Formats: sequence, structure tokens, C-alpha cells
Amino acid sequence: MQAVRVPPFETFYEENRDRVFRLLVRKLGRQRAEDAFQETFLRALRAYPTLDHASHLAAWVTTIAERVAIDVHRRRELWDGTEVPDVESLDEHPSYEELRELTADLPPKERAAVVLRYGYDLDYSQIGAAIGSSAEAARQAASSGVRRLRRKEL
Amino acid sequence: MTTVPSELDRKFREAAAAAELLDVAYDLTESPLGELLVAASERGLCRISFSPEGELDRLQRAFGRRILRVPARLEPVRRQLDEYFEGRRREFELEPDLSPLPEFQRTVLRELVRVPFGEVTTYGALAGRVGHPRAARAVGGALNRNPIPIVVPCHRVVGSTGSLVGYAGGLDKKETLLRLEGALDTLW
Repeated sequence: MQAVRVPPFETFYEENRDRVFRLLVRKLGRQRAEDAFQETFLRALRAYPTLDHASHLAAWVTTIAERVAIDVHRRRELWDGTEVPDVESLDEHPSYEELRELTADLPPKERAAVVLRYGYDLDYSQIGAAIGSSAEAARQAASSGVRRLRRKEL
Repeated sequence: MTTVPSELDRKFREAAAAAELLDVAYDLTESPLGELLVAASERGLCRISFSPEGELDRLQRAFGRRILRVPARLEPVRRQLDEYFEGRRREFELEPDLSPLPEFQRTVLRELVRVPFGEVTTYGALAGRVGHPRAARAVGGALNRNPIPIVVPCHRVVGSTGSLVGYAGGLDKKETLLRLEGALDTLW
């Protein structure tokens, strides 16, 4: 098959921007879609010189948009759930900032579970609700996160 | 159908330019000579085209495929062209990017920029100024492929008899530019 020549970025952008924007609005809502839109096309622009041919440009940029949407979701899972009860009363626990730094390298679900359990003293059913899993899965994520942190400290 | 809000579209274009991710930023602008495509690389003004149609492909071959319309980036070019066409500007303060051109053509165009507003020179005289007095024809070829007409003023070069000879954008455009600069009177 004859390789399709990669067009100027402007042409590619005009052909794909509305479809990508609608996809991101569906996945993230209007507000978050705007940041994700910019991020998607900046990533595409960075990678654009390395493309060999233009056969699957629409699929290619869709994949980038989906990855950006997943990243945005992960950040939400981690931080939106933390605006929970009465932070003032939790003084005896490590501060939000401390935990945030300490857990920075954990996988997103484990990080969220550890922060919510040990930073905000939520029980596992509350944590499960916040991260979109069962209480048991939340317990496992928290304990696996703690094991990972211990291994790192040794 | 939802489309990208124009404000978001503008923000993305400007972010792409600010991040220095573009080979070329361009815009379209109206002029007394018709619609012009104006384009800038990282190094400076790299194209003024009388025929925007198909110009992106030509820019891609010369500079790379990361080409995006970013009006904000071309604002100084549009403004100075407007001032020129309104008779309020005699010199452009724009750095031309001639880097993709062959050396002889670059030399000719750099010399040409020194011919001031309202004056004309000849192909032969310009050839002499770049040290090749017999190369009037080659100079003509170099001017014919001038990527930045108006700002690099190839309209100020005429035949030794004072005839306008030729202009890649069309002789009528050359005449308009020389009339705007008051240079036609000195020819006849």
C-alpha cells in the first residue's frame, strides 16, 4: 500500500479537533475537557515529527486523548476524594502534605487508599466508595501500598 | 454538534508557539494586493505568499511539518504590512529567515534589502553589487523565487531600459507597489 504523506499539522489539527474535543467532554465533562484538549494536541505536536505515514492519524490522536483522559481521572481519584470530613480533628495523623510526598511513587489506587486511610482515617467502605472499588479491594490497595513503602524504607 | 470553543482553540495555538514546538507559524491577512499568507519560523519572517492555496505544502517541504496558524505570532508582520500599504511605513523592522535558500540567492536577497523605499535598481546593477556583474539573468532567477516579496523588495528591480520586466506575483502587483512608493514617476 502506498504510504500516505503526513500533512502539515494545521490540516491534521483542523480535521481532528472537534471530534477529540467531543470525546474529552464525554469522558471528563466540559471543564476538565479544556485542559485535556490542550494537553492532547501538545503531546501530538511533540510526537508529530516522528510519524512515518498518515494512515491512522485519527486513531493515533484518539489514543493520545484517551491516555490524557486516564491521567486526568487518576489525579481526580487521588485528590477529589480527600475533601472529606473534618480535617481539623485528625491532627494525630501525618499531614496531608507529608503523606503526599511520601506516597508520590505509589501506583495511583494504592496511593489514594493509603492517603485516605492513614491521612484522613476513613474506613475501607468509605475509601472504596471514593476510589470506585469494593471495601475489600480498598483494604488490599492500602496494605499493598504500605508494604511497598516499607520495602522502600529498608 | 459541539465544536472546539474559539477561545480554547486560540489558547492551544498560542501554547504551541510559546512551547517552541512549531517549525512555522502562519496567518492570512488582507491587503490591496489580495489575501496574503505570512509565515514565520523560529529565526524570523520566512514567507509572504500571494497564493495561500498550496502554500502550506511548500512550507512543509522547506521547514518541516509542524505548521500551525497562530495569528498572535504574526501580529507585528500584519501590522507593519498594513502601515506600509497605508503609506505610513517606509522600512520594515522584521528579521527575514533566508536560511533554507541556496547561498547565491541569499546573497542577492540580502543585498536587495538595502535598496530603499521609493528607489529602483536594475538586474545588472544588483548583479554587480554582489560581485557577479555578468549574472543579471541568474539574479533574475533568484528574485523570481524570492520567498518574502514586499519586505525583501524584489519589486524595486527593473530592466535596464526601465521596463518592469517581471514579477512572480504578477506584473500588476509590481506596478501597484512601485506606484505606492512613488517610484513609477522616476522610471518614465
